[in-house]
Amino acid sequence: MNKSVRTPASLPSERATGPGFADRGDDIGEPDFEAIQQSPEFKLLRRRLLWFIFPMSAFFLCWYMTFVLFSAYDHDFMSRKLFGAVNTGTVFGLLQFVTTMAIVLTYRRFAHKKLDPQVDTIHELAGVGKE
Amino acid sequence: MTVQIAAPTTGSPIINLSVFFAFVVITLFVVYKATNRNSTTSDYYAAGSAFSGVQNGIALSGDFLSAASFLGISGAIAVHGYDGFLYSVGWLVAWLVALLLVGERLRNTGRFTVGDVMAFRMKQRPVRAAAANATLVITFFYMLAQMAGAGGLIALLLNVQSKGGQALIITGVGLVMVFYVLVGGMKGTTWVQIIKAGLLLICVTFMSVFLLGKFGFSFSAILDQASQNSPLGAELLNPGGWYGKNAMDQLDFVSLSLALVLGISSLPHVLMRFYTVPDAKEARRSVVWCSWSMFIFYLSILLVGYGATALVGSDKIVSAPGGENSAAPLLAFEIGGAMLLGIVSAVAFATILAVVAGLTLAASASFAHDVYANVIRNGKADPRSEIRVARLTALVIGLLAILGGIVTNGQNVAFLVSLALALAASANLPTILYTLFWRRFNTTGTLWSIYGGLGSGLVLIIFSPAISGSSTSIIKGVDFHWFPLTNPGLVSIPLSFLCGFLGTVLSKEPADPKKQAEMEVRSLTGIGSKA
Repeated sequence: MNKSVRTPASLPSERATGPGFADRGDDIGEPDFEAIQQSPEFKLLRRRLLWFIFPMSAFFLCWYMTFVLFSAYDHDFMSRKLFGAVNTGTVFGLLQFVTTMAIVLTYRRFAHKKLDPQVDTIHELAGVGKE
Repeated sequence: MTVQIAAPTTGSPIINLSVFFAFVVITLFVVYKATNRNSTTSDYYAAGSAFSGVQNGIALSGDFLSAASFLGISGAIAVHGYDGFLYSVGWLVAWLVALLLVGERLRNTGRFTVGDVMAFRMKQRPVRAAAANATLVITFFYMLAQMAGAGGLIALLLNVQSKGGQALIITGVGLVMVFYVLVGGMKGTTWVQIIKAGLLLICVTFMSVFLLGKFGFSFSAILDQASQNSPLGAELLNPGGWYGKNAMDQLDFVSLSLALVLGISSLPHVLMRFYTVPDAKEARRSVVWCSWSMFIFYLSILLVGYGATALVGSDKIVSAPGGENSAAPLLAFEIGGAMLLGIVSAVAFATILAVVAGLTLAASASFAHDVYANVIRNGKADPRSEIRVARLTALVIGLLAILGGIVTNGQNVAFLVSLALALAASANLPTILYTLFWRRFNTTGTLWSIYGGLGSGLVLIIFSPAISGSSTSIIKGVDFHWFPLTNPGLVSIPLSFLCGFLGTVLSKEPADPKKQAEMEVRSLTGIGSKA
């Protein structure tokens, strides 16, 4: 999806150094991190990542704290029997188990589809490639 | 720990011992085989980053399937019912912090310790010293919890009732553990964790499947039977069996929950595990595997806990040597006789051994790598002398753990662990999150958030009812507590976030943009992390 911006000339580092941002100036051969940080590819990666992990973290923390607050302060609600001896609290707790795994699997899928390819693109641009 | 009951419930000490010795011999062999050359710092601290995500994931869950979760949680569920279950929920959900926020970024940024990440773009010496201080304090608390569990378990396992005898055995266990670390380094310790986690998962799964079968695959029937066998009656299944008698207890419970969910991904020995895999993808895979194994484990523990009450009865558990912590072993005896008790106890014991080995490694790495190599030697230490210092530290920490274990023998381990988690969440998590995601964060902010979290956490624990002034306090007879909550998390975690923010904003010193760029690029992409 990044084929259009792959040309080195469109990168800010192009003006300062050689091809890509493989090395900063001359001696060390270290990648030019500031150029990478400014590149649109990296900004896209960062935006994608942050837009996933922060809302998701906020969601699971709120969901978990809801469970905790109900357990601490609304004993009647959590003690209500749903079926047999199983009450709301236990079901609520088991739901936390389910949502946790759902989030784990969603993130794995997201990272595999949206993050890893972008990281590879940046690796290529930076000239470090994959090992 | 003064009440004793008849010996038959503890099964046969000879079987228990032989299973345990078999485990020790097998793991020692593996440790020996796994570590032919353990000469570079990377080998010793991070097993050469050569483990796969799956292996590390199982070891990661092994690090957390400690005596506290296995014995402590099953015991808490058996005796306090629902409130014990809350612990296990928190401990599963907590892995999301590691997965989403910390794990991969940490792998990309650091090499051996938490200090590597915290000091990456800050002034090296003060930050590394602070990170090492936090690591040592947290690890020490966590270790106390593990060793405290060891005493109770010995009482049950070998029927050794005298404090002196227990102390002797704690010493023996401690020495084996130090040996693992000295000989095996991270590679050996990881293999011990993998074997142990595997055994533990098999054990609890077997027990819970058996329980389900016995009660006609009806979870409800187990709960019914459990509530009939508990002095709490039907209240066993409802919230409030442990916490929630008054407003302060309820607040304390919220505080505890916060510490549980934020603490795990801030524990130094858990964080250090991320360095044993080659890259961020494998780090992610480790957390996914770890989450699955936690999922199975805590579902089983829910059954094991209630099952213990249903089949053994709360009263018998509480009055057994080892108290609450003996629920799972007693249930094993009820289900499979002396043989299963032997296996379960040996696995529980192995758990303590392996977790303490991991803790010792984390603490010694932090001291040798952060304090010795970077603070004392200014980053110019010869790797061989660094490893020598690490091994020496491991020895000292091992001895401290043995002493601590003897002193705290008999405390509820789950509770002690929650204090360590609160400290970890206060000192480490805000600092790690800020340094990874907040561009302006600087050295002053780092120091404020580490020391602010650690200091306030420690002070609040010392003046809490956990230490003095209640019937369950560690120090009895005196009362100098003024902080009403047992767990400091609710205050110290937000305080540490605030300190980090204020420290950064109030100090005029700007963040180093070059270093920040390097860190951000490295943490997100891994460029530059393969040194």
